[in-house]
Amino acid sequence: MTTQPAAGRAGGRAARIENEPFVRIGRPSGFVSGTISSIRDIWSQRELLGLLSRREIVSRYKNSSLGIIWSLARPLVQLLIYWFAIGIILGAQRTVPDFAIFVFIGLSMWSLFTDIVTYSVTSITANSGIVKKVSLPTEVFPLSTVGVALLNFAAQLVVLFAAMLVFGRFPLTADLLYAPLALILIIIYATAIGLLIAGLNVYFRDTEHLIEVVLVVLFWASPIVYSFTYVHQALDGSWIEQLYLANPATIAIVGMQQALWVGGVTATGPLAQVFPDDLAIRMLVMLGISLVLLWLAQRIFGRLSRNFAQEL
Amino acid sequence: MSDQPIVASVQGVSKRFLMHKDKSVKERLLNFGRNRRHREDFWALRDVSIDIRLGSTVGLIGHNGSGKSTLLKVIGGIVPPTSGTVIRRGKLASLLELGTGFHPDLTGRENVFLNAAILGLRRSQTAALFDEIVDFSGIAPFIDTPVKYYSSGMYVRLAFAVAVHVDPDILLVDEVLAVGDEAFQRKCMDKIAQFQAEGRAIVFVSHSAEQIGRLCDRVVVLDDGELIHDGDPATGLSILRNYYVRQEISDAAGDGEEDGRTFRIRSIATSAVPTGPTTTDLQIDASIEVGPDAPEWGVRVRLENTLGLAFYEVNTFDLGQALTTRPGMRSIGFRLPELPLAAGPYEVVIATIDRWGQEYVGGSATGSLEIPPGGPGTGLLRVAPEVRVDEPD
Repeated sequence: MTTQPAAGRAGGRAARIENEPFVRIGRPSGFVSGTISSIRDIWSQRELLGLLSRREIVSRYKNSSLGIIWSLARPLVQLLIYWFAIGIILGAQRTVPDFAIFVFIGLSMWSLFTDIVTYSVTSITANSGIVKKVSLPTEVFPLSTVGVALLNFAAQLVVLFAAMLVFGRFPLTADLLYAPLALILIIIYATAIGLLIAGLNVYFRDTEHLIEVVLVVLFWASPIVYSFTYVHQALDGSWIEQLYLANPATIAIVGMQQALWVGGVTATGPLAQVFPDDLAIRMLVMLGISLVLLWLAQRIFGRLSRNFAQEL
Repeated sequence: MSDQPIVASVQGVSKRFLMHKDKSVKERLLNFGRNRRHREDFWALRDVSIDIRLGSTVGLIGHNGSGKSTLLKVIGGIVPPTSGTVIRRGKLASLLELGTGFHPDLTGRENVFLNAAILGLRRSQTAALFDEIVDFSGIAPFIDTPVKYYSSGMYVRLAFAVAVHVDPDILLVDEVLAVGDEAFQRKCMDKIAQFQAEGRAIVFVSHSAEQIGRLCDRVVVLDDGELIHDGDPATGLSILRNYYVRQEISDAAGDGEEDGRTFRIRSIATSAVPTGPTTTDLQIDASIEVGPDAPEWGVRVRLENTLGLAFYEVNTFDLGQALTTRPGMRSIGFRLPELPLAAGPYEVVIATIDRWGQEYVGGSATGSLEIPPGGPGTGLLRVAPEVRVDEPD
């Protein structure tokens, strides 16, 4: 390397830097006013987001010979257990049509929700090496887990659609439009929760254990292995039923059942199923609430993330 | 260099760390009322201001815990300052820890893209630089192998190759140049020199006085979070060295007067005067305070290198020099003439001892000195070697 080109490059650099404005680093941004810049920061890291999701997927399944098939193992085993224990032994099958498909729709949605939440909660602590050393919007770590969860969900969806084809229960009605809405709703809600607890877990490591317990409770607080009809019969439209429905995850799961559970939607007589009134409106309201939650979660996460490097 | 534009400016920055001692919810709940007691705060930086210009290489030095790594992180935007402002322009890259973000199960190629993305490169930019990165790392045959099968040397090479290809205007380096084999270290140093020639700003933290002296044109010395020197490297290094000496003396002297120690070493001054092409005279002057009721005593001087290898040791008993037990100050000078010492830092340990060589408690202290470089060869000695070649026809 000769001096001449180096000096030339140095001169060019100086001229370029001279004209560049200064940026203030580590400035506390306003709770509301920082929203736009946060979104821009995260958006600028979308390539990294993709690479991190890929890394998560590869590292999860790379050394297993069955790979992604394993992500199906748990929901399929659960399906078998619930179908046998609740459907046959407890006899839910007699009042819930296509019980296996019904349970699998709920389980797929539920595992999407839990995957996002449980992968997110440790995402910052697991990447502490990067967080402590490189300045980047740390939201990318919880967000990258959404990619992994979606891949798992896609695999389950393939199995679900295959089963529906086999049983001739393929949903080709206008109700199918509920599906994307339900999916978006549960992703946004789970992401909001995931962001919040990922940030909290840096300060309180108990969060990751606490969330496991909370998820067990929430599993039974949504109509996954029992249909909403039972809830309606037991609570009979009371305020407790409204409280039960005031859960975005529940609404998303019911919405997905409305979209894909042909047997339940079309059943008549003793098998007739009850769905919450104004489901579409409820879903849109919950979507709005979830978006606000996501925004709040991101703002809180942004506050928490300022001290990640020293708390980790 | 002062005509160069500023790339980063730290203005009156202070940083307070709160140390939570209890990490779990249980502990926090249990200690809720008395939370204050379970928090410790300390100031890692106090009102530090520096400007970093393009083309300058700034060394941050200071003893452990002086805040130099914190300052580097504040400049890097990883840790927000408690007060004061940091402004910056241009592209910043950190050589903070090589291999940060490498995933063992991914191949070298995948890790290059991931690591480059973490350091802020776009995918297209990485793709354009990819061949150059692999070439620099020198591990082309293994680039599609998962990095968990790499030797640690290969791992570091690849990580360094990615980091230096990010094309930063300002590069932050935190004590990472001490990794890899010698050939690789040389490569790192060459790259740093190239960065300097290209007019980038480099800020680095190092404990190696030699490295700082060789690379930096400016040294910032921090002490307990305060900036105590900003400028000439030689002055900065000597300030730090004197600090260590003061520290050891004050450690030895303690702060309480009622600790019953009879001998206190108040100061040590050393000077190294070259007396020939290979030899140096060492002059060591210590002032020692003798308390009341002193027993019989002598002074021992020992010359060590920084690794603690003792080169020479002698005491006043051996030299037949008796010392009186009258209370008061004494100045004692030793001269060690004509030492053929190689370049580098040395330490001089002065101790007050009894006739059997036993040290009096608290009555010792360490001074340091530096022999300037010069002469061919490496090792512990400085030699003026001669070489003769006989070539039979």
